[in-house]
Amino acid sequence: MQAFETHTGLAAPFPVENIDTDVIIPMGPLMMTPRARLGEKAFLPLRFREDGSDNPDFVLNRPEFRGASILIAGRNFGCGSSREGAVHALQGMGLRVIVAPTFGDIFYGNCIKNGVLPVQLDDTEHARLMQVAIDANGGAEFGADLPRQVLTLPDGTEIPFDIDPGHKSRLLAGLDEIGITETYKDAIAAWQAADRKAHPWIWAIEGSA
Amino acid sequence: MSNGTLFGKLWNRHLILTNPEGLDLIHVDRSLLTDLSGTVGLEEMEEDGRKVANPALHAAMPDHVIPTGREDTPQQAKLRERFVRNLDRLSVQQGIRHFGRGSGRQGIVHVVGLEQGFTLPGATLVCGDSHTSTHGAVGALAWGIGSTEVKHVLATQTLWMKRPKTARVWLDGSLKRGVFSKDLILWLIGELGADFGREHAVEFAGPAIDALSIEARASLCNLGVEMGARFALIAPDEKTFAYHRGRPYVPDGELWESALEDWRTLHSDVTAIFDKEVRLDVSDVTPQITWGVSPEHVTGRGGAVPAEGAESGALDYMGLCAGQSLIGLPVDYVFIGSCANSRIEDLRIAADIVRGQQVAGGVTAWVVPGSEAVKQLAEAEGLADIFIAAGFEWREPGCSMCNAVNGDLVAPGKRAVSTSNRNFVGRQGPNARTHLASPATAALCALAGEIRIAEPEAAICPAG
Repeated sequence: MQAFETHTGLAAPFPVENIDTDVIIPMGPLMMTPRARLGEKAFLPLRFREDGSDNPDFVLNRPEFRGASILIAGRNFGCGSSREGAVHALQGMGLRVIVAPTFGDIFYGNCIKNGVLPVQLDDTEHARLMQVAIDANGGAEFGADLPRQVLTLPDGTEIPFDIDPGHKSRLLAGLDEIGITETYKDAIAAWQAADRKAHPWIWAIEGSA
Repeated sequence: MSNGTLFGKLWNRHLILTNPEGLDLIHVDRSLLTDLSGTVGLEEMEEDGRKVANPALHAAMPDHVIPTGREDTPQQAKLRERFVRNLDRLSVQQGIRHFGRGSGRQGIVHVVGLEQGFTLPGATLVCGDSHTSTHGAVGALAWGIGSTEVKHVLATQTLWMKRPKTARVWLDGSLKRGVFSKDLILWLIGELGADFGREHAVEFAGPAIDALSIEARASLCNLGVEMGARFALIAPDEKTFAYHRGRPYVPDGELWESALEDWRTLHSDVTAIFDKEVRLDVSDVTPQITWGVSPEHVTGRGGAVPAEGAESGALDYMGLCAGQSLIGLPVDYVFIGSCANSRIEDLRIAADIVRGQQVAGGVTAWVVPGSEAVKQLAEAEGLADIFIAAGFEWREPGCSMCNAVNGDLVAPGKRAVSTSNRNFVGRQGPNARTHLASPATAALCALAGEIRIAEPEAAICPAG
């Protein structure tokens, strides 16, 4: 998996609440598109008009925000379906950092697994960042520094953010989790052996078809 | 520390270790594999040449992609080849039980897991599907995961998790007759918001929950994730145990007795401390229907769209104006099905309303049973005949028009009343307009050809 340490780029303001993963990547195109090309289908219902042309009102279609790699999103971003392709589609569009007041829990976890930094800010800080991104209008760079846990505004002002230490370490390391877990295989085997005695009805299924 | 909560007890029971950064390695007792995330997970295992760690703890079945009609379209045939056949092939290869079409056990994972007794109280259960919260209805610790995690579970039977906080939603009072658990959970989402449960495991409790049947609890926990709760949980009780007894994957004899003894301890202590707690009375809840593009866009006030505060994007998409009533809007599709509402009790409720009447002209009305077992039972009870005589299509089990993965679509711009759980933009098809409601409301709308909401009766309905 991809690691995340620091990033600098343009920030696009997208202050819409409850953007769900069906909107980020509808299931039809997700099933028919190889992962490397999912970025072309990201935000499909918002990004294109019914005739297939670009919707000029969608923020990431506006010339000043093309190439944005930081998305300043609204409350409950990534709610809904567990589809990990939503993160792949955002990555495919070049997004590396998503900032929101709240995220869908499964989407948040999927970001961590794929090297996309989800930054949760309280409402006040989020509103401030949103306004700066609107005012900058794609004309200035923002920064994200995971080791120091700060976002940087174009004028150099820093906004600190919280992140769980476990999630932070996984993002910084960018390691294959299965490989990590396999180093604990003795502990897992010991737990299972004890649980077979403590809760044998859980394991009775091993004998049935 | 469990703080005396049911969630804490279940989490601690499955905790293998905590790493230095504070992530917990949690054992997974049960996993369900769909023909979408399950197929992809198994394909990735095959590419890596990996063996599944504990194949007996998984169950695979096609639901998302498998067609529900009599004949496949060319597109459906192509999807079936890739997703449905590969699930079957790779399950067999890995020694995982597979419930294919015609086995008598095929259906939507969140219907089949419960009805087959694959889901057990006190067990951890995961699936690459967000509606896995459903299984919390019987006191299982169940949650939806992404595809990287599906592969991790296949390879190791564990997951690395950040321990969530705990919340309890305590519900007093009784639902009126004609108000169902679907109305209750839609109302709760409207009251508390679509992100109330984020970062929390949410336990539902109180007299109004005790009164619900297991299937009604399943519908409620199913939509728990629509209020942001990745984990929804209801303590198992005597109703739960009666529901489980004798199901195919529930142990019997001495094991049943020892399981029962354990399961009776699975509840939050009186002194339990939750990170967040709300208490509401359900006695005045009315039938609910959504007007917008998030399940929190819901109304119980005679179908009135909010006059203020409604997002203009949502109104535009749905073809509505602020303050208008939904009542009388022409309906093009009615879908009774999905992991929210496709169980036998749902079909009985809808059939009672439909009996002896006709679907209005111009309405495409479908009933898609949640599983082959539900379908067979509904046919034996005569429910299928009632639906068919009224003009409903009676289809094969699957997710169908809920997520429109398999080609079962609402046509662009058309209006659907659906018993499913998501009214997201494009969810039931590009530009489809979805109104979520209970099976009773959906049945009424099919007969009327327009949106109708029943007036609840004052009498108490303990079955919910």
